[in-house]
Amino acid sequence: MNEQSVPLPASGAARPAARALPDRLADWLPKIVLAPTVVITLVAVYGYMIWTALLSLTNSRILPVWKFIGTEQYTKLFANERWDVAVGNLVLFGGLFILTCLVIGVLMAILLDQKIRAEGALRTIYLYPMAISFIVTGTAWKWLLNPGLGLEKTIREWGFESFSFDWLVNPDMVIYCLVIAAVWQSSGFVMAMFLAGLRGVDQDMVKAAQLDGASMPKIYRRIILPSLKPVFFSAFVILSHIAIKSFDLVMALTGGGPGYASDLPATFMYQHAFTRGQMGLGAASAIVMLGGVLAILVPYLYSELRGKKHG
Amino acid sequence: MVKSQQTLNQRLLRYGLYAILGVAALVYLMPLWVMLLTSLKDVEEIRSGTLFSLPGSLNFDAWAKAWSGACTGSTCEGIAPFFGNSFKIVIPAVAISTLIGALNGYVLSMWRFRGSELLFGAMLVGCFIPFQVILLPMARMLAMLGLANTVTGLVAVHITYGIAFTTLFFRNFYVGLPKELIAAARLDGAGFFFIFRRIVLPLSTPIIVVCVIWQFTQIWNDFLFGVVFSGGDTQPVTVALNNLVNTSFGGKEYNVDMAAALMAALPTLVVYVLAGKYFVRGLTAGAVKG
Amino acid sequence: MKTLKTCLSGLALSVACATASAGEVEVLHWWTSGGEAAAINVLKQEMEAAGHTWKDFAVAGGGGESAMTVLKSRAISGNPPSAAQIKGLDIQEWGELGFLSPLDEVAAAGQWDSLLPQVVSDVMKYDGHYVAVPVNVHRVNWLWANPEAFKKANVEVPTSWEQMIEIGPKLKEAGYVPLAHGGQAWQDATVFEDIALAQGPDFYRKAFVEHDEATLKGDTMIKVFNTFRKVRDLIDADASGRDWNVATSMVINGQAAMQLMGDWAKGEFTAAGKTAGTDYICAPAPGTEGMFTFNIDSLAMFQQSDDSRIEAQQDLARLVMEPKFQETFNLNKGSIPARQGMDRTPFDSCAHASMDAFTASAESGSLVPSMAHGMSTSSRVQGAIYDVVTNFFNTSDMSAEDAVDKLARAVNASL
Repeated sequence: MNEQSVPLPASGAARPAARALPDRLADWLPKIVLAPTVVITLVAVYGYMIWTALLSLTNSRILPVWKFIGTEQYTKLFANERWDVAVGNLVLFGGLFILTCLVIGVLMAILLDQKIRAEGALRTIYLYPMAISFIVTGTAWKWLLNPGLGLEKTIREWGFESFSFDWLVNPDMVIYCLVIAAVWQSSGFVMAMFLAGLRGVDQDMVKAAQLDGASMPKIYRRIILPSLKPVFFSAFVILSHIAIKSFDLVMALTGGGPGYASDLPATFMYQHAFTRGQMGLGAASAIVMLGGVLAILVPYLYSELRGKKHG
Repeated sequence: MVKSQQTLNQRLLRYGLYAILGVAALVYLMPLWVMLLTSLKDVEEIRSGTLFSLPGSLNFDAWAKAWSGACTGSTCEGIAPFFGNSFKIVIPAVAISTLIGALNGYVLSMWRFRGSELLFGAMLVGCFIPFQVILLPMARMLAMLGLANTVTGLVAVHITYGIAFTTLFFRNFYVGLPKELIAAARLDGAGFFFIFRRIVLPLSTPIIVVCVIWQFTQIWNDFLFGVVFSGGDTQPVTVALNNLVNTSFGGKEYNVDMAAALMAALPTLVVYVLAGKYFVRGLTAGAVKG
Repeated sequence: MKTLKTCLSGLALSVACATASAGEVEVLHWWTSGGEAAAINVLKQEMEAAGHTWKDFAVAGGGGESAMTVLKSRAISGNPPSAAQIKGLDIQEWGELGFLSPLDEVAAAGQWDSLLPQVVSDVMKYDGHYVAVPVNVHRVNWLWANPEAFKKANVEVPTSWEQMIEIGPKLKEAGYVPLAHGGQAWQDATVFEDIALAQGPDFYRKAFVEHDEATLKGDTMIKVFNTFRKVRDLIDADASGRDWNVATSMVINGQAAMQLMGDWAKGEFTAAGKTAGTDYICAPAPGTEGMFTFNIDSLAMFQQSDDSRIEAQQDLARLVMEPKFQETFNLNKGSIPARQGMDRTPFDSCAHASMDAFTASAESGSLVPSMAHGMSTSSRVQGAIYDVVTNFFNTSDMSAEDAVDKLARAVNASL
């Protein structure tokens, strides 16, 4: 850091008299440092949320028009079958995605923690998908999952004629394709978090348990996993943020199809607000989505931050 | 455990372990492998072969074309000119958002005041706002500030929606530092910034690495903000990639598309490969302690 | 002061500031591929020859979805581009919001009213004033066929939907996918619209222009949906998500026998070095002989504050209507010029057929706006129709009776 970032201007002569001022300034300093972020958050998160909420009460079409029509957009939204599909998909996709990532992440972290040779290389391989967006890997995934091009065709050519993997073009199964690709992208990151957590586990306790004759599975179940609870929470926050924002994934893999079978709220909202000239409806869907997220998030954050004080 | 007593069973377990990890590694590598193979084939090979068939000969024409010859509309300069744009956006955005995150985390963990926890919680909500929602009000705001369609504006947007994450990382890390360290310095009369610079910051390397990796990845891979908030001639490489992949001149050249995609991903890949070790260390050092 | 600012912000300083009238045009479009890119390049060169600066703002992909998002945020931040690729009823929406700039002087000087057919000029005008320039007229109801496939299967190119469905198994037997298709909502809607048009232009107009509820729910619409379902059997299993030009290349490569697509597909055939009439056949979509579903691409002009930019914009509008651009653009794009009375000789047989059908259908009243391409209705209603159509096409358990009910409800809700 450079010297300018030390703002205490207290110059020698008046030191005793002015003593109170720097003190008071020092009291305020943390708040001053935090202030820009608070202002930015107030405007760019809460301000825009209010803006969107207001927009959802208008009949805006291609651009915002401030003509208020009450809650009509919400009525339309809840009568919209496609919205039901999108919400249902998010619940299914989000649930499966988070669960699978946690399970795979824990398992791989445990396996990788067994003093493996080439751990570094393996870790990088599991972790790299997080580095690449679906704008880059979308086409490759589309090919792999497409029955006529990818895995199905390849495995059939290897001689397994009856092998079938057509989820991408099957409206009932397409959502699982999204889960597969999403898990591929994020599970390595979760693994890294758990690996880090495992490295932080108190080894003395493990040793003591071993001396007591406890089996390894039991040690994991009783001692190690419970101590990873904070990691579970962090992973949950990061994964749910990824699930809710999943957009590139859908656009790259399925475009929402077949039909609109793989639509998610984020794609629903974007499409209505930006390409279909139904900005009011799009805003309403955004507000419902945000409401849902906050309903889950706020209690969680509250309990987490509360718990901290005692811990 | 004595080595000589290692039973056959245990050795088998060990082999099984490596087998599982190896297969998993292959699965994770598959999309990248397909992209790499495709980028080295010519168009005819792509059409006639399967995804996993090897190219007849190593052929880097597609890479050369994607780098500097592929056309979008009337310009044929590949994606090379856009790398500079991306770096011009990513470097300041990552640096500033990391610095702000560090300061915020420092305040929120060591200089708590009444309501600071509430502020932190309120800030975190920013992580969950879908970016599609904020495009229009943000465009309006940038115009009011005179930053519409400028690099500065785009950097500001990335910082705005990055600080929630960076703050989260730093705060959780600093919460884990021993309190006595700071308490002693304060008793000695050290000021806010002095403690930050001399005591806290030198301890922060692991979390800075985590934060920089995270932010670099997020911002480098961003398409939505890049396409909406950049001017026509300051577009980041993801936008150029999108244009290139969605452009065809009589038949799709998948090899060029794949080569371009791999090149666009290269900086983030390099960061992960080089800094991956520190990443897990950084996480170990506290980011995951909740 | 303003000019100075433009000069400084412009890329090519020397050109932009050389003459008082020279200005910059920024054009937002997604004509980045093949022939259309070459065509837009011609316009760029002409603008530069006139002393203006061309700032290309191309956002490729997704039928302009990203481009529209960019346009909206530019508009809301108060600096829209000079011109943007907007079409159909969206022009009216932008006009209503007061963003578009009238082109009356250029239009009067260029006698647009006499050069453009009424159906075209109606789309280009908001409130009686020209606010956009047409670049072409696409015919959507085309059937592209690979003659070899038909020879091998020993069948004729279908002229009715009954025939179309009948020849399917024979083409399959001969080793072809009968119909190349990409499972994206707009492509589903394109096929659907062809089937609807085969029920007659009056039915089509009642359903997709007037949104008459009885028609949307009626027996004819049920029939349309039932035919639509049968057409699904002609398509291969992997169609979901496929891009239209990939489907076209299936016809070119001899994997598939036919494709139902607008005349932009011709650009792919041309680029592959194929000749109309011998290597591939262009025929009207089954049952729509003599009818014409039009899809007009256009550049809408956005209000600018700077004088030199306004001047450049007016020049752009003038140049787009010039025969030279209209010819080059349409030769490349596969469509026909919007400007009438042009020399036909450079165009191929498919384009000639399209021109004849355009004139004839305008007289017989069977010239209709395309629903699938945003000509007949706003993007809101279009989206509602898309949803029902694509959902029906992709789920096997919805009956045609249910579908028409949903269609009527969805259209009503979006009006």
